[in-house]
Amino acid sequence: SITGACQAIQKLTRVRVVDNSALGNTPYHRPPKCIHVYNKTGVGKVGDKILLAIKGEKKKALIVGHKMPGPTMTPRFDSNNVVLIEDNGNPVGTRIKTPIPYTLRRREGEFSKVLAIARNFV
Amino acid sequence: RVSSDGKPPKFQPPPKPVIIDRKTQKEERRFLSPEFIPPRGRTDPLKYYIERKDMIQRRKVFNIPEFYVGYVLAVTTADPYASDKSKRFVGICIQRGGKGLGATFVLRNVIEDQGVEMCYELYSPRIQAIEVLKLEKRLDENLMYLRDALPEYSTFDVNMKPVPRMDHEEIPLNKLQVRMKPKPWSKRWERPKYNIKGIKFELPEHKMKAAQKWSQPWLEFDMLREYDTSKIEAKIRKELSEELEK
Repeated sequence: SITGACQAIQKLTRVRVVDNSALGNTPYHRPPKCIHVYNKTGVGKVGDKILLAIKGEKKKALIVGHKMPGPTMTPRFDSNNVVLIEDNGNPVGTRIKTPIPYTLRRREGEFSKVLAIARNFV
Repeated sequence: RVSSDGKPPKFQPPPKPVIIDRKTQKEERRFLSPEFIPPRGRTDPLKYYIERKDMIQRRKVFNIPEFYVGYVLAVTTADPYASDKSKRFVGICIQRGGKGLGATFVLRNVIEDQGVEMCYELYSPRIQAIEVLKLEKRLDENLMYLRDALPEYSTFDVNMKPVPRMDHEEIPLNKLQVRMKPKPWSKRWERPKYNIKGIKFELPEHKMKAAQKWSQPWLEFDMLREYDTSKIEAKIRKELSEELEK
């Protein structure tokens, strides 16, 4: 049975890939799951990098939104959103349609390429 | 007129004029924001008095319009990371929580098929403007069930123009019954604890009856849970009107 909503992103959470990459959008019989969070705590929030298992491959990804309510004035999304990323930080896809929180702009140095392909900001 | 006898007709006094004092009526119905009413507890009322003074100060500088749950609002906040340093969010108010300076309200909207909720603090200095776009009260005071409803009920155009209002007195009540996505939901909204009237439950009869098992009909008669706010409200209203006139 499908478990209820998992709040922040940790190991074995099913995530939703939000960019238009081929790896994220081709259907597969298993949803993409997180297998590791690159964090001191195992809980991933917006702006953390995680390791995903998609279509039998391992891929790094960046969290752009989760269902857990964060500090006030930050948006809370209805699904755990993630953008596929290479090891050096380059995004795999070319466009991100879903809205991205403005708080990612603080780390413009690391995520400049991801922010460049984002269309909407919240 | 032809009289019954030769005597003049009985004197009938003119009908008394009914004086409707619109000014006093309006003052009685004026809205008192729910975060002014202190919660029931053993804290010193001095704390709430000091908070209220700060809230009134903020309201003198910045206009916080009267709004209820179900209104569609547009909020502009200051943000150092946004272009033009400010960002605007349009959404329907799902809940108003908190008391005193920490009072919050949550706005919900669906942008590009993604549901987004923003929790704002009413008295935060980062908020630059709050505009009411659509005045519409709903059947419930908490619209959290919109998360499990079909997304069409939470979508509002970001560039929506404020809906013009005809009357200055009545706030229209929208008796919309919302259709839900298939179960499982985030909360079991059919249970009587939530007392939701704004959902069109398409569940089978036996499920609705089974949900009534969790009803607690004795709660409304529980005297220890009573919290009569009429006197407190009257005092706070007087305080507010005095301070705002200064």
